[in-house]
Amino acid sequence: MSNLRITALAAAVLCWSAAQSQATGEPAVDAKPPPADAPDFPRPKVDPTAVARGRQTFSTACAFCHGSGARGGEGGGPNLLRSPIVMHDQNGELLAAVVLNGRIDKGMPKFNLPMGIVSDIAAFLHSIDARADASPDFDPKSVLVGNAAAGKTYFNGKGHCTACHSVKKDLAGIGSKYDPQHLQDKIFTAGGTGIFGEPSATAPPTTVKIDMPSGTVVKGRLVEMDDFAVVLVDEGGNRLTIRRDGNVPRVQVDNPLQAHVDIVRNWEDRDLHNLTAYLATLK
Amino acid sequence: MKRIKNSIWACLCAIPVLAAADNAQPAAPAAGSWPSYSGDYSGQRYSPLAEVTRDNVKNLTLAWATRLSQGLDAGGGMFAPPSPPQIIGGEAAEAAVTGGLYSSAAPLSLRGAILEVNGVLYASAPDNAWAIDARTGTVLWHYFWKTKGGTHTSNKGMGMYGDWLFMETADDYLVSLDARTGKERWHHEIASFPEQYFSEVAPIVIGNHVLVGTGNDADEPGSLKSLDPATGELQWQFFSTPMKEGDPGIESWPSLEASRHGGGNVWTAGSYDPATHLYIFGTGNPTPAYAPNSRKGDNLFTCSLVAVNVDTGKMAWYYQTSPHDTHDWDSAQTPILVDGLFNGKPRKLVLQAARNGHFFVVDRVTGEHLLTSRFTPWGKWVKNINDKGQPIRDLSRDVTVGGNVLSIDGWTNWPPPAFSPQTGLFYLREFEIYGLLYYTETDPGGSMGLGGTTRGGQESLGSAIQAIDYQTGKLAWEHHFETGQGFLSTFGSGLLTTAGGLLFAADQGKNLVAFDAERGTPLWHSRLQEVSNAPESYMLDNHQYVMVAAGDMLYAFTLY
Repeated sequence: MSNLRITALAAAVLCWSAAQSQATGEPAVDAKPPPADAPDFPRPKVDPTAVARGRQTFSTACAFCHGSGARGGEGGGPNLLRSPIVMHDQNGELLAAVVLNGRIDKGMPKFNLPMGIVSDIAAFLHSIDARADASPDFDPKSVLVGNAAAGKTYFNGKGHCTACHSVKKDLAGIGSKYDPQHLQDKIFTAGGTGIFGEPSATAPPTTVKIDMPSGTVVKGRLVEMDDFAVVLVDEGGNRLTIRRDGNVPRVQVDNPLQAHVDIVRNWEDRDLHNLTAYLATLK
Repeated sequence: MKRIKNSIWACLCAIPVLAAADNAQPAAPAAGSWPSYSGDYSGQRYSPLAEVTRDNVKNLTLAWATRLSQGLDAGGGMFAPPSPPQIIGGEAAEAAVTGGLYSSAAPLSLRGAILEVNGVLYASAPDNAWAIDARTGTVLWHYFWKTKGGTHTSNKGMGMYGDWLFMETADDYLVSLDARTGKERWHHEIASFPEQYFSEVAPIVIGNHVLVGTGNDADEPGSLKSLDPATGELQWQFFSTPMKEGDPGIESWPSLEASRHGGGNVWTAGSYDPATHLYIFGTGNPTPAYAPNSRKGDNLFTCSLVAVNVDTGKMAWYYQTSPHDTHDWDSAQTPILVDGLFNGKPRKLVLQAARNGHFFVVDRVTGEHLLTSRFTPWGKWVKNINDKGQPIRDLSRDVTVGGNVLSIDGWTNWPPPAFSPQTGLFYLREFEIYGLLYYTETDPGGSMGLGGTTRGGQESLGSAIQAIDYQTGKLAWEHHFETGQGFLSTFGSGLLTTAGGLLFAADQGKNLVAFDAERGTPLWHSRLQEVSNAPESYMLDNHQYVMVAAGDMLYAFTLY
């Protein structure tokens, strides 16, 4: 339901770098980034060796029914990570009642385990971050689901990629430079963009050409623009802020990545997957 | 067109109220006050004040500006003005600091509604509340809640009953304050913190009911609770997914295990129709959000407009705007109640622009669907609109390991829309951010909550204020904004319409702008740097004020 959800760490880093990047046109923000690893719902720290022991016991005693990751398994046991008993449990005190007595009516037998072992199992369950965006063993190479030959055809034909790019020049070796996921992200955004899709400091600059009422023409790198002001840095490095009233003065905007913006609504996932598969072969 | 606002308080007075406490009688608000989340129960955010007009808005000028401070009062030294009295509450010994995008230590950003009653403003932010003199901006008291944690997205405002204020906290309490002093009357747990609920909704007070909802991103069920304003005791609880066999909607889930973990959280305030006693609100997405195999079916009553009788907590009707959502495009956007013509006949309507990019018109007495239209250009995820007017998704657009192009946040969000009975137009903030979303969960049990996906590159095509003719679903006008920097620049902060023919809204976030509500032409603006909440309007001493927050600043404008 969240307004926006993103890995806590990535978000903090991105937000922070976004604040930093404003140094190009805005005063730097005088604030410290919040601690990135502090969880929303804090729990007592657990001993990693207890987690390892608990994982071992869980895999032999519990995983058949509840799944190796405790999210429900072949034996029909429920997902434990969203069970209120597990969520309220601190270090095995609530889990013990279920483990030791079983739930005979639901098909769960009794397990005669010492409290220390139950508390190890609890430590293992509490160590799993079910809210995490990416599983720790996610492999970015699994993103490669496309067909490289079809991607090559798209690159040289329908995609019009050769209008700006060459596999022998700017894209030479691109498949070694980025993992497949980041390569695909680069194709989509054509460079660094922020978490809300705004251009980042690493994107090639957008330029503006402004016809001043006096008849002179002002050109430079766009810093920001709204209905009431346009801010640019001219070739001499001067920061200019020009008042706007409606469409006066007229501002022509030139984004070198416009082709990538224009295609955003028209992408077919298959073309993107194929293109990624093709560019990944350019080692 | 008959305005709903006029009849609301009249009807409220007819509802019997508890006379147990000395001040339990709800104060009848003076005309031109702002006593609840949307200013009145209709959700229109239409101020009947007309001193500021299209002709004179160019003379609107600053009456006062005030900076608010959050957290424990640190004292300002000899050059700072004296601090207002501080009242401290909370169950934690020390306030917890949470990290990430929604950190409890984030800079103060006032994003919720601010109440105006009898010349005093009541503002809130996560863990903080303030009373402020509405004529001068002087802070009268500051309440600080020491939190245990929880997802600190944004506090969306307080509710008021007589001299009692009600505020939700991120760690799941409802706190009641004495509005005169800021002293705490009581606090009660409204949801389970270990089950990872978080609470941020503006409580809505109707008769002797305080309605509260909560958020959750961990597969726990959503509900709306009604509490007694005097004691905080539970009156009723409505779950938005089936909690036991035989409950309505159970046929839309594969199992009770799935429906009991099916989400549908009630994380924004709804609107109220005094004639039918129906409280109408939108529900959140089903969970797990991105691994839907464990919840085959329509998943009622997630992503729905739901009408509940406020006296009993029983559902009168529902309309699901996204059957079996798989994209976290929920329907928590404010429903707007309108009495107006539809197909030539006067009807009682509810309007909603949902996060899935579609605008809906529904009969608010019966729940009958009347109109669906798409307000954004990209509709590739829609296979068809079915005979109930519901967008049915193209399965090939669900999230996969290879990554899919999607609008990850949908096309509008909770910052409130508005309606003007003068123009007959529904106003909303539309945005277009498209990006790659990858399914990354490797556990065979599948992802949980909102987990198990990673967002890749994002590309913004900017945002717009749109004016929709509710009778046709078509755009009357649109004012487009190029991409700005950051969250507020695209999501916007909410809208206000006035009887002076105006629409007040932020642009890319830096300017507060007054638009001609009929045509969308900008007529006045003031650069406040980060406009953060929906503008409001109130009347004092026969003068109209327009108020808006910008980060930790509060600004009031007037005509002299």
